[in-house]
Amino acid sequence: MSNIVWDKVKLYYHRLGSPRYFYDISARFLPWFIAAAVLLLGSGLTLSLLFAPQDYQQGHSFRIMYIHVPAASLALSIYLMMAVSGAIGLIWKMKVADIVAKVCAPVGASFTFIALVTGAIWGKPTWGTWWIWDARLTSMLILLFLYLGVIALHSAMTDRQSAAKSTALLSLVGVVNLPIIKYSVNWWNTLHQPASFKLTEKPAMPEDMWVPLLVMMAGFYALLAVMIIMRTRCEIIDRERRSRWVKALVSGENTR
Amino acid sequence: MTGTMTDKLRSSDAVTSTLQWGAQQVPQESVSEGAAFWGLLSRDLLITLRHRSDLANPLFFLLMVVSLFPLGVSPDPGTLAMIAPGVLWIAALLSTLLAVDTLFLHDFEDGTLEQLLLSPSSLYLMVLAKVLAHWLVTGLPVALLAPVLGVMLNLSGESLWVLMASLILGTPVLSLVSAIGAALVVGIRRGGMIVSLIALPLHVPVLIFGTGAVQAASDGLAYSGHLSILAALLALSFTLAPLAVAAALRISLGS
Repeated sequence: MSNIVWDKVKLYYHRLGSPRYFYDISARFLPWFIAAAVLLLGSGLTLSLLFAPQDYQQGHSFRIMYIHVPAASLALSIYLMMAVSGAIGLIWKMKVADIVAKVCAPVGASFTFIALVTGAIWGKPTWGTWWIWDARLTSMLILLFLYLGVIALHSAMTDRQSAAKSTALLSLVGVVNLPIIKYSVNWWNTLHQPASFKLTEKPAMPEDMWVPLLVMMAGFYALLAVMIIMRTRCEIIDRERRSRWVKALVSGENTR
Repeated sequence: MTGTMTDKLRSSDAVTSTLQWGAQQVPQESVSEGAAFWGLLSRDLLITLRHRSDLANPLFFLLMVVSLFPLGVSPDPGTLAMIAPGVLWIAALLSTLLAVDTLFLHDFEDGTLEQLLLSPSSLYLMVLAKVLAHWLVTGLPVALLAPVLGVMLNLSGESLWVLMASLILGTPVLSLVSAIGAALVVGIRRGGMIVSLIALPLHVPVLIFGTGAVQAASDGLAYSGHLSILAALLALSFTLAPLAVAAALRISLGS
C-alpha cells in the first residue's frame, strides 16, 4: 500500500520537473492563489490599518509591522526555497527547479529590501535612528548582499546550465547565514526585539493585534506563490520557445 | 565479472599485445594521496617563488591601504588605536580577495586544472593543497606583517599578538571561502569583480570575530572566546569548503 503511495508521489514529483506539465498544472492553481492573495491581503490590511488597536507606546507607527514582519519572514523563506530548488536542480537535473531557483533571487532581494526599508522608516520615530549596526539588521543586510551575489553570478554566466549549477552551489553555501539571521535576536543582546511568533508560546501581543499579522503573513505567502508561479511560467515560455508546444500555444492552436 | 572480462581479453592476442604495448608506454604507477598532495603543494609554492612579485604584491597592497588611513581619517594616536583592528582586518581581507582571483586562473588557462580533475587523486586534497599553498604565500605573510603595521597604528602590548593570532586563524578561512568564489567564476571573463561580490558577504563573520578579538584585547577584556569562534570557523571551512570548491570546479569545467 505505502509502496503505491510512494510511487505516486515520485511520479508526481518527477512530472512537476517537466516544464510543459508545470505550465499546464500551474494554470489551474494560479487563480486560486491569486484569489487567496487578494482576499488575505485585503482583509489583513483592513484589519491591521483600521481595526487593530493603537500601541500604548508607539501609537500608530507600529502598524508598519504588518508589512515589515511578513516581508522579513519571506526574505528568509525565499532564500531557503532558492537553495532547496537549486539542490533539486543539481541532484535530479530538473529544468523547472533551475527556473524556480533563478526567479527566486530577484523576488527575495526585493522582499529583503522592503524589510530593511520599512524597518528603517519604523526605527526613525521609535529608536530615534534610521539604521543601527545591530546583529539582526546587519545580518539582513548580508542576506541582501547574498541575493545580489547570486544575481550577479547568474547574469555573468552565458551558459544557462552552468549558470544554474553555479548559482545553486553558491546559494547552498550561503544557507549557513540563515540560522545566524534567524537566531541573531536570541543569541546577541540586540536592539531589535525577538521573534513575534513562536510555535510553542502564545504571542505577547493582544489578540486583535496578532490576528491581523497572521492574516498578513498568510497573504504575503500567497502573494509569493503567485509571483513565483507567474515568473516561472514566463521563464518557461522564454526557454522553451523553440519547442513545438510553445509555438502551438503562441499561435493559438490546440495540440491536444 | 572482471575474471570473465580478462579471460575474454586474454583470448585475443591482438588485444593482449595492445595492452602490453600500452603498459610499456605508460607505466601504471599509483601515486599515493599524500604524495599527490605534497607534489601539488610544492609545485604551487615553487611557481610563486619564481614569480616573486606575486609574493610581494599583497604585502605592498596591505602596507599602502593601511597607510592611507592615518592620512585619510586622522593621524591622532587615540583615533588610530581605535580603528586599527578594523583597518588591519579589512586590509588583510582585501589583499586576500585580490590575490584569490588568480588561484585557479593560470591552471585553467594552461590546462593543468583539467588534469587535476581527471587525476585519480581525491579532488578534495588537491583543492586543499592549492588553497594551502595560496595561504602560505598571501595570508601567512600578511598575518606576520600585521603586528608591525599595528605598531604604526598605535596598537600596543598584548593586542599585537592577538591581532597576529586572529589573522593566522582567520586568513585561512578567507582563502578557503574565496576559493569557492574563484572556482565558480574560473571560466568567466573578468570574474574578479564577481568573486568579490559573492565572497564578501561570506567573509563577514570572520571579520566580526577577528576585529572583535583585537578590540577586546586592546580594551583589556577576555578575547579567548573570539579566538575560539575563529578556530571553529576554521575547522568548519577546512572540512566543508574544499568540497564546495571541488564541486564548483567540476561545474565550471563542465564535467
